Amino acid sequence: MTKKDAPPRWDRKMQQRLARGEAAALGELYDRFASLVHGLAHRVLGDERAADGITRDVFAHVWEHPESYDPKQGPLRSWVAGLTHRLAVQRLRATETAALTRAGEGSAEELERKVRHASVAARADYIVQSMPTPLRAALELAYFQRRDYRQAAADLSITEDEARRRLRLGLQLLSTALDTGAPGAPPGYGGAA
Amino acid sequence: MSETGGFEAYDDQDGPDDHGTGPDGGGGGMRGDGTGRPSDPGDAGHPGDAGDPGDAAHPPRIPLPRASVEDAGRPLPALDAPVPPPVPVLEHRVLKSLLGAWALAACSAEETAAVEDHLGDCGSCADEALRLRGAVGLLQRPESLDLDPGLRTRVLDGCLDRRPPRIPIPVWARPYDAETARLDALLQDFGDSEWHAPVRLRWFDADEATSRRTTVAGVMAHLMSVDGLVAIALGLDDPLGETRADAPTPSGRTEAYWRGSHFPPTRSVRAPWREQSHDLVRTVSFTGGTAGKLEVAYGDFTLPLHDAMLDRAFECWVHADDIAEAVDYPYDPPSPRHLNRMIDLAARMLPAVLAQRRQKGLTSPAHGRHLVSAGGPGRTLRLEIEGLGGGEWLIPLDSPAAVGSAEHEVAHVALDGVEFCQLAAGHVPPADAAAGQVGDRDAIRDVLFAAASLSRM
Repeated sequence: MTKKDAPPRWDRKMQQRLARGEAAALGELYDRFASLVHGLAHRVLGDERAADGITRDVFAHVWEHPESYDPKQGPLRSWVAGLTHRLAVQRLRATETAALTRAGEGSAEELERKVRHASVAARADYIVQSMPTPLRAALELAYFQRRDYRQAAADLSITEDEARRRLRLGLQLLSTALDTGAPGAPPGYGGAA
Repeated sequence: MSETGGFEAYDDQDGPDDHGTGPDGGGGGMRGDGTGRPSDPGDAGHPGDAGDPGDAAHPPRIPLPRASVEDAGRPLPALDAPVPPPVPVLEHRVLKSLLGAWALAACSAEETAAVEDHLGDCGSCADEALRLRGAVGLLQRPESLDLDPGLRTRVLDGCLDRRPPRIPIPVWARPYDAETARLDALLQDFGDSEWHAPVRLRWFDADEATSRRTTVAGVMAHLMSVDGLVAIALGLDDPLGETRADAPTPSGRTEAYWRGSHFPPTRSVRAPWREQSHDLVRTVSFTGGTAGKLEVAYGDFTLPLHDAMLDRAFECWVHADDIAEAVDYPYDPPSPRHLNRMIDLAARMLPAVLAQRRQKGLTSPAHGRHLVSAGGPGRTLRLEIEGLGGGEWLIPLDSPAAVGSAEHEVAHVALDGVEFCQLAAGHVPPADAAAGQVGDRDAIRDVLFAAASLSRM
C-alpha cells in the first residue's frame, strides 16, 4: 500500500541489482510484489497451489531475465502484473483445454468465455489496487459500505461535487478492464509492454 | 444491480398518488412529475417494470380515492408538495457528474429519477451509464493477502537454484532475512487496533522475571532501535538520528527512542524498520566474507557481525511471537535450519555467561571444578535439544576457553528447541523449563539460569 508509488529510480536500481545477481535484491522484489502476483494469479486461477506455481514462475522469470524489463516502458509493478497475467491466463487455458479434451465436457466457446472472464476480473483487481487512494476510498465507501455519495463526502471530508467526481472517475478507470485490444494481445497493465 | 428495484418501489407508491392528485394537483406545476414519473422507467429501458401494468389492476387502488377525497377536502395545494418527491431539473453537466454515484446506487431517489430521465434523451450519457454499470460488476472484495510464509523461501530458493547469485546472502544473515520477512507479513493487514494493542515485553534481569508494557508499534520501535546497533557497525544511518540514548545498550536505545518521539509509536514505524532490515541484509551481502571480523557493540558486550545478525533474527522471532500473541494470531517458529543456528548461538554464548556469573558469585560453588588450560577439555554439560532444528551441544562449564568433552560430561539436559529458545528469551523461568535432567544438579541449574540471563529487553 505505502509502497505503491515507488519512484522509477527504485525500478531502475532494482533491475540493475537483479542483473548483477544480488540475492538480497530478489528478496526485496519478492517482499514488494509477492502479494500482488499471488493475488492476481489466484483471481485468474482460483486455486492456491496454482497461484503458488505462478508466483514461482514469475519471480524465476524476473530473476533469470531482468533485462527483459524496460524501465522506459513503464513501472516495474505494471510489468510484473502484466507478466503474471500472461502466465496465469496461459496456465488457465492449458488446464481448461486439458480438461476439455479429457472429459469432453463443455465447449471451446465456454472455455474462451471462462478465460476472458478470469482475465477481466484479474485486470479489474489490478486497476482497483493501483488507482489513486482517494478514488479507491470513495468506491470502497459507496460499494462495500453502501454509503451514498453525500455520506461518502462527509466521511471523506470532501465536497459532494468531489465525491461524485471520484466515484465517476474510479468507475471510468475500472471500466477499462473490459476493453480488450486485439484478441490474444497481452492486456495493458498501465503502460506495460 | 437491482437497486432500481428500490426506486421502482418508491415509484409504485407515488404512481397512485400521481393518478389521484392528477385532476387537481396536475396544475401544481410539477413538470417532471405527472409526465416524467410514469414514463421514466420505460425511458431507462428497464424490462422489469412490473409496477406499471401492476398499477392498472392493483387492488391498492382502493385507498386512493380516500386520499384524493381528503385532498379534495383541502383545497390548499400546499399538501401536494411533500407527497410526490419532485424530479429535480438538473442540467446535463450535473447529471453527467452523477453517473458514477448513480451506477453505484449512491444518490438520492430524486437524483436517480432525474438521471434515468436524462438517459432516455442523451446518448452519450446513456453509453457512459452502461459502461459504468458494467464496471460496478467488476468490483470485488479483495482476496485475503495472507501469503503462506513458507512460500517466500520456496520461491527464492527455486530462483537461486536456476541462477546462482553472484552476490549471495551470507548463510548467517539468512535467518534474519527470513524472520524480518515473516514479521513484515504478519504486520501486513494490521489496522489501528492491532498497532496499538498492548504487549508486555518479558525478560530476565538479575535472575528475576522483568517486564515492560508497550504496544505492537512500540515493539517495532524497539526492534528498529536495536537493529540500529548493527546498522551503526556497518556504517549505515542510526535510526535514532539525533536522539541521545543514556546508554548505547538495547534497552537504553529503546527507551530513548520511545521518549524521543512526541507521540507513541504508530504504524508509521513499519516502513523505516523494514527499510533498515532490507539495508542490513543488502549491506552484509556485500561485505561478505570479510565482514565476519566486524564487531557489533551492544554497550556492555560485543558480538561478531555474523552472531549479531543471528541474535537479531532471534529477537525478531521472539518479538514477532509477542506481537502475534497480543493480537491473537498464530505464529510458527523459524524454519528448523534457522532455529538450529539460533540455538547454536545461545549454546556458544553460554560458557562466557557462566564465567561472568561465576565472577559475580551467581553460580553454585563448583564441586570438582578444576583449572583448565585453554583449549583443554573441562567439565561438560551435554545440552540435548529435541525436535526439528535440534541437536547436541557440549557446554564447557569451567571456562569459556575450555573445550566441551564427552568424557568429562557431568550432566545431561534435554529440552525441546522452542522451549529452550523461550528460556533464552526470558519467557520461561529456569525453574519451570521442562527439562529432562541427569547428573550434577548444580551444573544444570547454573546452565539454565545462564540461558535465561541471555535474555534482555
